[in-house]
Amino acid sequence: MAENNKLYALSTCSHCKSTKKLLNECNVEYDYVQVDDLEGEERKAILEDIKAINPRCSFPTVKINDTVIVGFKEKEIKKALGVEDES
Amino acid sequence: MKVEPLYQALKKSQEAKGAYFNKDKDLVFELLDALILNKDRYGYMACPCRLACGDREKDKDIICPCVYREPDMKEFGACFCGLYVSEAVNNNQAQAEYVPERRPPEKLF
Repeated sequence: MAENNKLYALSTCSHCKSTKKLLNECNVEYDYVQVDDLEGEERKAILEDIKAINPRCSFPTVKINDTVIVGFKEKEIKKALGVEDES
Repeated sequence: MKVEPLYQALKKSQEAKGAYFNKDKDLVFELLDALILNKDRYGYMACPCRLACGDREKDKDIICPCVYREPDMKEFGACFCGLYVSEAVNNNQAQAEYVPERRPPEKLF
């Protein structure tokens, strides 16, 4: 379900773009949060959410069900999604 | 600012420091466009792969080239974004590895 999958990303970050592309290719439903577009309290609240699952608060941070993946790690993301890795 | 002159200027100045543009030119130009966008929105070229707060003083460690580039190139062969690689990686004598975030989280605002 979409609410279990999240991608915290930046609009300018190459690894974030690769991650977004991968999730789209895998036809996964997910909430996409473009953190650099947020300001003030909204940004603060999201950063707390990210820090709770990734203390370094780096981008991209991906959450697939209960699995948190930091960075564009294709194999780990596919594994968490249960998608065959052909590479 | 146009991307091509930026590419040429940085190539020259950064290669002199042992930092080479990634051979993936699409990636390089995507990141240079992002640097230009950040220059427009923040007034300085904040790292495209990190969240800038808009305060130059607080973001000074992530103004490209960031202070983490050198240790990251040394340890992993590339900077956090993958824009720059080390001389060894550029010469195919080493392979760039996944670069974890080195910036302390308390610097994020």
